[in-house]
Amino acid sequence: MTSVLYDVPGPKAIARNRILAVVTVVVVAAVVAFILYRFALSGQFSAQKWGIFTYSTIWQQIFAALGKTLAAFGLAAVMSVVLGFVLAIGRLSDHRWVRIPVTTISELFRAVPVLVMMMLLYYGLPSIGVRMEPYWAVVIALVAYNGSVLAEALRAGIESLPRGQREAGYAIGLRKTGVMMFILLPQAVRAMLPVIVSQLVVTMKDTALGFIITYPELLYLAKQLSSNVQFGRPLLQSAFVIGGIYIVMCLILSGIAKWLESRMNKKPKENGGTHTTTIPVQPGDPRLQEGTVTEVIAVQNE
Amino acid sequence: MDVIFGNLDLWGSAIKNTLLVFLFGGLIALVLGIIVGAMRVSPVPIARGVGTLYVNIIRNTPLTLVFFFFVLGYPALGMPKMSPLVLGVLAIGIYTATYVAEVLRAGINTVPVGQAEAARALGLPFGQVMGLVVLPQAFRSVVPPMMSVFIALLKNTTVAAGFSVAELGALRATVNDAAGRPGSPMEVLLWVAAVFVVLVLLLSLLQNRIEKKWRIVR
Repeated sequence: MTSVLYDVPGPKAIARNRILAVVTVVVVAAVVAFILYRFALSGQFSAQKWGIFTYSTIWQQIFAALGKTLAAFGLAAVMSVVLGFVLAIGRLSDHRWVRIPVTTISELFRAVPVLVMMMLLYYGLPSIGVRMEPYWAVVIALVAYNGSVLAEALRAGIESLPRGQREAGYAIGLRKTGVMMFILLPQAVRAMLPVIVSQLVVTMKDTALGFIITYPELLYLAKQLSSNVQFGRPLLQSAFVIGGIYIVMCLILSGIAKWLESRMNKKPKENGGTHTTTIPVQPGDPRLQEGTVTEVIAVQNE
Repeated sequence: MDVIFGNLDLWGSAIKNTLLVFLFGGLIALVLGIIVGAMRVSPVPIARGVGTLYVNIIRNTPLTLVFFFFVLGYPALGMPKMSPLVLGVLAIGIYTATYVAEVLRAGINTVPVGQAEAARALGLPFGQVMGLVVLPQAFRSVVPPMMSVFIALLKNTTVAAGFSVAELGALRATVNDAAGRPGSPMEVLLWVAAVFVVLVLLLSLLQNRIEKKWRIVR
């Protein structure tokens, strides 16, 4: 065990590390204890405040709101991946009249805060006579922003591939479309899959912005539940329950991203390295779509 | 143009509040992020665990919910009153700190172990190994992603608008609710978007210049 930062600890360092460990535990325990003390003092642990979550109607409302969050997330996730592909290919186009507008648009969408974009769609558009549901404002804003970010990731993925890949593609007689579809994109997607999934975590978190433009998703429900006088305005309690739901959903996505990354790191070097071992083809492997050379040529001649 | 000149006072205070949230939130994020980042790479397992727990919980919580806890939840604890601005700064600082910590950790991990081993082999004490060999290299690879974190922080300040902080994101509501203010919501929001585009472009330019200047040659 050597690290950049410290050597294998000797007797002095071991003692010092023990002291540091104790200090850490004491500080963290003090902070947690203080928070719990304040909670207890202001009656946050009272049965009345938590009682609201013992009713099945409340849970039905929570599941309805979860459905709203997932509906926005699901559509936004699919559409932003699609838009990401379109913009990435547009940014790499040989034609200036395609490349320049696409680059400008995706840079603009990345620079404007998602919330401002949502407000533009929901509060701004009625000024010019277009009204839309909060749902669409949330989805469109998320797609515009995350699509642009994903486009950037894909473009970086394509440009990081060895030059020889593209050249070999042209050498076997593929045209631009073929090189992109059969050679570059499959490899770039594979290299960038963890990035794409972690961007989906961001998309999931950003659905909560819909709360501010009155989209009735989870956080909006938490606010509604917290105004319930009968249960003593359980604001923090609702926030904890709803927060737990968000954390679980995002952790699942983050876990998938981590797993994909670890799967990729186990392989021999993707880029430029010669494959000494062939990796067994699993379902969903891009090679399943790539086809053999003859198949590719057959597709070209159709 | 009326939307600008008719509301100059509002624009001034909105931009001021946005920058306040950005600067102080950034300061808290930096300090806390350095502490948490140090915990995550420390030789003390307990500290590493606490740092990892903090980063994982906060990173998987929407920023809106963090604001919800601070701005709406804090008053429920019956502690001394604080303005939404202060609570918002705390919320965004605590949220962004996790990203700062991760960037630092990644930056330290880019330094090859051999560098530190060579420095130790020369007999340099811990302070010099860190100060002369490891940290300068880590610092260079940290700056560009750190700038990205701060660009994200700048854009995230708008979330404070949903929690009664009168900054750029809230300007539309302020202009519309006040009587006799010129400008439609569309105009206000387009200008707000334009301000952000300009600010983000400035930060990106800075990022690119630093990146070019400090590229590590390995």
